[in-house]
Amino acid sequence: MPLEIIKFSSDEKYKKKVMEISGQNFHKCYQCGTCSGSCPMAEHLTILPRRVMALLQLGVKEELDKSNTPWTCASCHTCMVRCPRGIDIAKVMEALRLIRLRQNINQIEPSNLTKKEIVGLPQIAMVSGFRKLTS
Amino acid sequence: MKISYYPGCTLKTKAKNLERSALACFDVLGIDYEELPRWNCCGAVYSLADDDLLHIIAPVRDLIRVKERGHDTVMTLCSMCYNTLARANELMKNDEKKRYTINTFMDEEPDYAGEVKVVHFLDYLRDVIGWDKLREQIKVPLNDLKVAPYYGCTLLRPREVALDHPDNPTIMQTFLETLGTTVVNFPSATVCCGSYQVLGNPDAALKVSHGILNDAVKHGAEALALACPLCDYNLGFRQDAILNNFPDAREIPVYYFTQLLAVALGTDPAVSHFELNRAGSVQLLKSKKFISGTAS
Amino acid sequence: MSTTEVAVKTEIEAKLIPIYIMGKKYEVPETLTIMKAIEYAGYKYIRGCGCRGGVCGACSTVYRKPGDYKIHVGLACQTVVEPEMYLTQIPFYPAIRSTYDFTRLSGQAEEIFEIYPELFRCVACNACTKVCPMDVQVMDYIAALKQGDIKKAAELSFDCIQCGLCASRCMGELPQYHIAQLARRLNGAHLTPPAEHLKTMVANIEASRFNDGLTKLKAMDTETLKKTYQEREMEPATAGEDWTPKDNQYL
Repeated sequence: MPLEIIKFSSDEKYKKKVMEISGQNFHKCYQCGTCSGSCPMAEHLTILPRRVMALLQLGVKEELDKSNTPWTCASCHTCMVRCPRGIDIAKVMEALRLIRLRQNINQIEPSNLTKKEIVGLPQIAMVSGFRKLTS
Repeated sequence: MKISYYPGCTLKTKAKNLERSALACFDVLGIDYEELPRWNCCGAVYSLADDDLLHIIAPVRDLIRVKERGHDTVMTLCSMCYNTLARANELMKNDEKKRYTINTFMDEEPDYAGEVKVVHFLDYLRDVIGWDKLREQIKVPLNDLKVAPYYGCTLLRPREVALDHPDNPTIMQTFLETLGTTVVNFPSATVCCGSYQVLGNPDAALKVSHGILNDAVKHGAEALALACPLCDYNLGFRQDAILNNFPDAREIPVYYFTQLLAVALGTDPAVSHFELNRAGSVQLLKSKKFISGTAS
Repeated sequence: MSTTEVAVKTEIEAKLIPIYIMGKKYEVPETLTIMKAIEYAGYKYIRGCGCRGGVCGACSTVYRKPGDYKIHVGLACQTVVEPEMYLTQIPFYPAIRSTYDFTRLSGQAEEIFEIYPELFRCVACNACTKVCPMDVQVMDYIAALKQGDIKKAAELSFDCIQCGLCASRCMGELPQYHIAQLARRLNGAHLTPPAEHLKTMVANIEASRFNDGLTKLKAMDTETLKKTYQEREMEPATAGEDWTPKDNQYL
């Protein structure tokens, strides 16, 4: 398999921001992959959590920006309780979401929900969904 | 001693079957409770950002309401409410700096420092009532009902508020055994149902939910017991979509754990509002003769 | 002394105090309301004045006082000026008012959820309640609606005058006052028992019960009509519920 070598510079400001918001030191991660193996949403992620941690260590912001991972994470905390390095990965995902949401960019539009959806949805689905996915 | 009961928004509408069945059980078990006269939505998901205290205000307000009533314990039924209130409580107890900021921000409220204990009905049954005492109260043992205990996320994670071991819990199994059911253990018991991704990525959530139900069916379960209205939505309400999208899917009734308890305690099936469950749910209980034929 | 003399005298006697209107200092009589003070300072209301009686919600005003971090609010037409207050009037604040066909609604909570899904973005910060000039428990009625309790929300929001200050301070960008209005409409139309006596009266009118009296009135010349009106038997202020006029031929 040919390897693609990409040129990048580490975005230190971005790394610092993620650390500040999450309160987590992703440099502690030793790439065991327990998080990726535990993630219920794994097959729907463009970048698995282990790789998210690696990209954060390297500060590759543009790759992370393109990824659907923080937006597909369901905050189930399985990665967090299993991480042998004690990193709260759910908090790291929240930081990745918030960096975008705090620029006033919505991931979903509440007004696009159809009547049929709203009639069925429990209130906690909308409260939690809007919290995680709207700015 | 009287305790406060915090319902949560969904329990007043979509998950009335969770609330009403639980309240009937409270009465049978002699739990002296009072629904909080004033409460607000807890926010459903606990804020995971270190620099965001605003989203912790909502659950703290509710805890202040409990303190105001002079109660030392607040009982929850919805797993998400439990998690959010319990985590906010831990923060107020342990983080002096954030506690100060939150208390100062809410200058219209009395100060709070985690004085209240947040419990879920399941750990109340285990720790306060006790399984043996509960067993004595069972009037209709749910013998031969093969139930898979489904925990979901928020009763078990993170560790600081977990009702039991996050990866190897037994509390729901013991509960179901106490009711007389045949417990069906299955690997997906603690796997997330997709949660709020039903809004962000509904297809992914559907597939995850299908995996959980399929796992339960494969292990021989006739029904699933759970505690969260969002799990119930993904695994119960959306089962029609699952059946339409996955050829290997099989229909399986989904109950709130409180509904099974209410039936086992011999309460009127009307209190369990089975009309809010899937159509097959009440039929299964009738076929096992746990409830009489007239209940809908 | 005539009334004009009293007014003039009071104005002369009133002490002048400094207030800041949109950052500019003015000396105004301390007895004036904010609205009168703004006019005294030379501003002219074209809009944003409203009823001058404290019920229309057009003149909501935000102000601060020196050495006090708190945001204070009041209706300009009702609030008396205080020394050193610095203020601005916010006669309108943009908030989405959804359009809906009311005749197709039946009083279900989901109808409100559909029209205003942003309801679920409330974080219970309570800024709305703190800023309400009518002391409405705004956060509590939003909480009630999230729980699907339309009746409670309608009752809690009853004193709302639609000034919009709640929306101006909202973290979750909710148009609280429009949501509450929908709740009150649904409550009135679907969740409150219909008034039986009104139904009876409408039926009576439709059955021409009062036609004779009306025909008589219509035939009167202006003078007789005035005289009849002035000589009518009025219900005394202290009358009990079972009071009826002596002449009850039209009841």
